[in-house]
Amino acid sequence: MTQSEMPFLEGPNCPLPLKDRGQIVLGHGSGGQMTHDLVRDVFQRRLSNAILDTANDAALLTAAPPGKRLVVSTDAHIVSPLFFAGGDIGRLAVCGTVNDVAMLGADPRFLTATFILEEGFSIAELELIVDSFAEACQEAGVELIAADTKVTENGKSDKLFISTTGFGWADGRLQIGGEQAKSGDAVIISGPVGNHGIAVAEARGNLGFISQVRSDTAPLNHLVMTLLDAGLDIHVLRDPTRGGLATTLVEIARQSLVNIELIEEQIPIDKPVRKTCELLGLDPLYLANEGKLILILPSDQAEDALRIMHNTRYGEEAQVIGRVLASSSGQVWLKTPFGTTRVLEMLAGEMLPRIC
Amino acid sequence: MTESPKNLRDASLTTAIMAEIRRITTRPWNIMEICGGQTHAIMQYGLDQLLPPDITLIHGPGCPVCVTSLQAIEQGLQIASQPEVILTTFGDMLRVPGNKADLFTARSQGADVRVVYSPLDSLRIASANPDKQVVFFAIGFETTAPTIASTILSASKAGIPNFSILPANVLVPPAMHAILSNPANRVQGFLAAGHVCAVMGYHEYLPIAEQYQIPIVVTGFEPVDLATGILMTVQQLEAGKHEVANAYPRFVTKEGNRVAQDMIAEVFKPVDRQWRGIGTIPLSGLGLRPEYASFNALTRFELPETSPSESPLCIAGKVLSGVSKPLDCPAFGRQCTPVQPLGAPMVSSEGACAAYYRYHRTRE
Repeated sequence: MTQSEMPFLEGPNCPLPLKDRGQIVLGHGSGGQMTHDLVRDVFQRRLSNAILDTANDAALLTAAPPGKRLVVSTDAHIVSPLFFAGGDIGRLAVCGTVNDVAMLGADPRFLTATFILEEGFSIAELELIVDSFAEACQEAGVELIAADTKVTENGKSDKLFISTTGFGWADGRLQIGGEQAKSGDAVIISGPVGNHGIAVAEARGNLGFISQVRSDTAPLNHLVMTLLDAGLDIHVLRDPTRGGLATTLVEIARQSLVNIELIEEQIPIDKPVRKTCELLGLDPLYLANEGKLILILPSDQAEDALRIMHNTRYGEEAQVIGRVLASSSGQVWLKTPFGTTRVLEMLAGEMLPRIC
Repeated sequence: MTESPKNLRDASLTTAIMAEIRRITTRPWNIMEICGGQTHAIMQYGLDQLLPPDITLIHGPGCPVCVTSLQAIEQGLQIASQPEVILTTFGDMLRVPGNKADLFTARSQGADVRVVYSPLDSLRIASANPDKQVVFFAIGFETTAPTIASTILSASKAGIPNFSILPANVLVPPAMHAILSNPANRVQGFLAAGHVCAVMGYHEYLPIAEQYQIPIVVTGFEPVDLATGILMTVQQLEAGKHEVANAYPRFVTKEGNRVAQDMIAEVFKPVDRQWRGIGTIPLSGLGLRPEYASFNALTRFELPETSPSESPLCIAGKVLSGVSKPLDCPAFGRQCTPVQPLGAPMVSSEGACAAYYRYHRTRE
């Protein structure tokens, strides 16, 4: 073996300072001093709480209170770019999982998270993202109780992936789920759809112009709790994320073996989103949302639900958009302003812009 | 523009025009909308549901993705799979099935395939990647041709050596000739594509209307536009007339956009081209003129000969030429869906089969 082929052994006397690097290096994943420094300076400082600060290998929790059931959801967050108008991967990683837990009528309390960092990723950007992660935790009222960081070699991942798992407690008597929609129910959306999809597309440079659209990324658990506290008989809660409003409603219609009829004019869509979609041949009903929920409940409670939602931060523009009809075919129909109807399908694959 | 787009979607105006169509229709008429964008709009708004049963809309070959030949798609796949290549194209193209794979599959296997909104984006990519060959898969009708021509003119002027196109543009009038001269033709009137006419004008349709004794009405894409175009066609059919009329005057003149036409003529010349499912139509495509032949990707890459073959179940050719409707196909919604398309019309949202699948399946 020649000198140049010999492996370079980084010994204890390495002259390079371990700190003051502006970017993630493999050493940050070594489990040694650099890992500790990164965890302390970037994560613990921002996300400190009694459970996390014990710095043990696992978090010790008390069981759910009597009459409550534990609700768990997990989600990996991969978004390119990491920052977009109205949010970033940190806020998204909290809100996505908090919302999934809340959609079963649970009050989310705890999160765990894995941060997968790519060698070379900027620590300043990481700090911004963890700031935003912490801020979203605070807004949602959840605590990060266990976390892990891993570092991949440059090129083996893409800057930063965040996987989060959420834990919450739900009233044991609640029966909320996609299979609970019933004939005669009203379908409500908590606000305008399509903003997140357009904001991310714009951040990717895919629009070729400035749309002024901001992502709606937001924690919806307080909105859900307000609805539950009002004693409404909620049948379905679902956040229309990937695949958009149309795909999510098709899922619900199939799960519940009902038809859903939507009134196109009543679906709220912000003007810049509508304009952008028309220019690019996209359909806003299939664009992702990260701060909207679909609420399905008996139609005689719809007005009460709207009144309550209109007084909340993320439900100000809530609207009844349709109703549930008896049928076993599991289809979603859209009534156009022309008195015609068309069937809405699930998004087939990636949404592609039309040519003309 | 005198009317705002909102008025052009006015439901009461649209239904009033539809009522007029119902009033004057005395017998069955088959009208073809040529453009895929029109097919899409008709399905999206459900306008076909407002027509009297005697009026049948036939969805024409105006989806550029659908008519791009299997051979061109195979060439695109072969070029994309070369390591030093970045292939750029319009979004819908990625899911069109070739013989075995589509461009999505090629991308998953490591090919660098990028979606662009304008061919000019390809030049930017070419400048940023001087060690790569950037190939733009040039599809579309007369509507995309001017920007593609201007891209080539820019590349030529700026001397960008690593940019070329895979030429696959097609032209509307030769396709109308092919449809009308088919003995099985059922089309009795045409809605001409407003966007195409905005570029080309409508003077080139005058001899077609005369030769085949068929009314042709230049039509836009909004509900009021489409209803008006259909009304003007039915009026002519009922009166036994066969003229070229313009129902889209806010964008279209008889002469069209001379600057755009000159740009096309500078770079391209008409060549015979294969249409998927239809066959070769004489002088129906745009090929590069000798002065710009160096921008033809087919001269830069050595591609193996292929003998592509279509799925035997797929009746795309009959659908595209208006002989059959998507629902006539035994594979429709069964072996062939937007997730697993057998033929191109099921891929593009402008394709007749996909539009039917999305908007027009009967209520169970």
